[in-house]
Amino acid sequence: MENGFLFQAIIYLSAAVVCVPLAKKVGMGSVLGYLLAGIIIGPYIFGFIGEEGEDIMHFAEFGVVMMLFLIGLELEPSKLWKMRQMITKVGLSQVLLTTLIFFGFLYFIGTGWRQSLAISTSLALSSTAITLQSLKEKDQMNTAAGRNSFAVLLMQDIAVIPILAILPLIALAASSDVDMEQMSPISQFPGWLQTILVFGAVILIVVAGRYVIIPMLSLVAKTRLRELFVGGALLVVLGIAFLMEMVGLSPALGTFLGGVVLANSQFKHELESDLEPFKGLLLGLFFIAVGASINFGLISENALMVFAIALSVLLIKSLVLFGIGKVNKISTDQNLIFALGLSQVGEFAFVTFSFATELHIMNAKTTEIFMAVTAISMTFTPLLLLFNERLLLPYIGTKEKDDKPHDEMDETNKVILAGFSNYGSTVGRFLRANGIKATILDNDSDRVDLLRKMGFEVYYGDVTRVDLLEMAGAGEAKILISAIRNPETNYRLVSLVKKHFPNLELMVRAKDKKEAIELKELEVSHVYIQNLESAVKLGKDVLVKLGFRAHTVHVLGQNFIKYDEDSLEELVKVKHDKNAFISTMKKSIEMQENLLSFELNKRFSINDHAWDSETQRKDQEKNKE
Amino acid sequence: MKNILVLMAHPKLEHSKVIANLLASISDLENVQITDLYERYPDFNIDVQREQETLFGADIIIWMHPLYWYAAPPLLKHWMDLVLEYNWAYGHNGIYLKGKYLFNAISTGGSPDAYSDKGHHGYPLKEFLLPYKQTANLCNMTYLPPFHVAGTHNISFHSLQKDALDFKSLILHLRDKKDLENLLKLNFLNDFNQQ
Repeated sequence: MENGFLFQAIIYLSAAVVCVPLAKKVGMGSVLGYLLAGIIIGPYIFGFIGEEGEDIMHFAEFGVVMMLFLIGLELEPSKLWKMRQMITKVGLSQVLLTTLIFFGFLYFIGTGWRQSLAISTSLALSSTAITLQSLKEKDQMNTAAGRNSFAVLLMQDIAVIPILAILPLIALAASSDVDMEQMSPISQFPGWLQTILVFGAVILIVVAGRYVIIPMLSLVAKTRLRELFVGGALLVVLGIAFLMEMVGLSPALGTFLGGVVLANSQFKHELESDLEPFKGLLLGLFFIAVGASINFGLISENALMVFAIALSVLLIKSLVLFGIGKVNKISTDQNLIFALGLSQVGEFAFVTFSFATELHIMNAKTTEIFMAVTAISMTFTPLLLLFNERLLLPYIGTKEKDDKPHDEMDETNKVILAGFSNYGSTVGRFLRANGIKATILDNDSDRVDLLRKMGFEVYYGDVTRVDLLEMAGAGEAKILISAIRNPETNYRLVSLVKKHFPNLELMVRAKDKKEAIELKELEVSHVYIQNLESAVKLGKDVLVKLGFRAHTVHVLGQNFIKYDEDSLEELVKVKHDKNAFISTMKKSIEMQENLLSFELNKRFSINDHAWDSETQRKDQEKNKE
Repeated sequence: MKNILVLMAHPKLEHSKVIANLLASISDLENVQITDLYERYPDFNIDVQREQETLFGADIIIWMHPLYWYAAPPLLKHWMDLVLEYNWAYGHNGIYLKGKYLFNAISTGGSPDAYSDKGHHGYPLKEFLLPYKQTANLCNMTYLPPFHVAGTHNISFHSLQKDALDFKSLILHLRDKKDLENLLKLNFLNDFNQQ
């Protein structure tokens, strides 16, 4: 009973549910939360899980596969190309220099070259989650520190691929490991055929991505069944992973490649948001398993050493980063944020360490120690940043604003446009004609295809999901325009934005007066009734055709629209009482009629007394008498 | 403390140097209210009642604008047409502006001497402002000499800073001093503290 599936699931999930929010609360990030959960339910504290941790680990490694798919999705070739200078100058030099220094040191103290290589490459990577989160929290993404950190993290994401590719090779070079080859189903074929098959599989992914996967996703998207799209996304990842295992390559590498192929497709955001929870949970499971497998006996025996290693790793990494920042002329303040922010060892080290252990590159004891080092370095990051902010920065020069001109990096667009139907497209085209490029969200895949061909940046997805909005940059954007036709979707979107992005200004299209009132009640101040202006314009033209003077009609039209908007506010005030609403609605129509007929009878509107000489003439006559 | 109302009309304030700087120098002052006409009424659809109410609450009214073809930009003229109504601003019952002060704060492109008998434009600035002066008289207001910043095309940063500071102290003077009659003797309000 104790080992039943349900019981296990409950243990894991409750540990995660308790520990992750706690860790987040104290500013440590979710990775450390999962680790903590693993430690608590692991053999050294409660002992809920023991041996089976290994099996769980195998299962959870699929989270890593998904993570790489998502990393691949993030790497749009065109974006990378735009940032190529920063990526090579800052990112590549960080990865290479840091690896080299650690490798040299480890090799020098007598660690074998295989182990040194595995450890040094792992230590070079930083934690994307921790760094980006802290930069975003402090609104530093667009500062020099933020942009350079981003470039480094991007390069590190790319570096993961060669690292994962090299590890099995060095393991093979150890030659004793023959199982590796037998694991692959194609190993019965001769060597040359194997090579062809491997290359064939890679080419297949690239070609299939364009000609099979994207059409398949379009097809699925047309059914408008969200769960089917999630299924399709999972199918893509699993399929690639399976293909890779068939030819004996790492599934992670294959899915990464698949991700890159799909990065330019219109389904990018949708895939990301659909797979994100799976990745998150599986990775969480992975980190729990890592936490559970930490050998505390060993660490407490070597506590001093572990801490010493952790501190020197932090020191060396930040020194290298600081040097690179200096060479690239980052100002000292920014450079400190940059160097200290990236100084920790990233969560990916857990993956490479356990991978290297499986391949017998690293022995168990070293792995344990370095996993502890990684965890400690991650724990220290928030403290280091706090130390930097409170004690270091105030003494090093004045706090500078980012004074470098923004370079080519894509900044988050300040405007998000949801819904690209006729109405939305008019708004979008008008904005683009005046140099404002909105991030566009739409959920009609055909239209998305078409618009993309025409050079618009349009993404496919359900706009009423917080994660999609988040990815589109709702956290940083200034304005969200909702040009959505469907009042229910509109309503949901507005409530969602009000709740999750209270600082985002909403400008919303309304189908009619009724919807406008509902939106006003959600405290949306900018509501646009979709046909009002066009209808009034038509009416104005009619008046002109009937012989009214054009300018007078123009003023009448303006007044009418203004009256209509004012009456909307009045209606919102009294809507609480249903009966009152109906009667005011009637009254409002009456008032509109009155207004119109008054204006018609009068010819000149109330505003135009200045040009109406009637009163003056009468006064003059009176004076003469 | 008197209430000051600045009615600013500039169709392209984002490209303005002089008007924008003068405006910035007084934007945070107590009892100084600024109406950005082109921002408030981009469609020229002026809310007459609202304007009249603000006007009524002011003791000193300033028409602040660049000089285009020897006159204010069209929205300010439009504003005058609509807001200064018969039997409100003038005429037998038009008593609501009585006793208030009014003047123009103007920027012009040419050099200061361009507006003189011998200058490029042939007449002193004051003569071009006659319609505004007579408008003030008709509405029973006291028309003060203009505040004038000339040569806007080549104005130096330093000189602009000085003008902005002068304008600010003028506004403070107008707001806080009881007696403004001796300002009438001046040619330009720019010289208010040299008397």
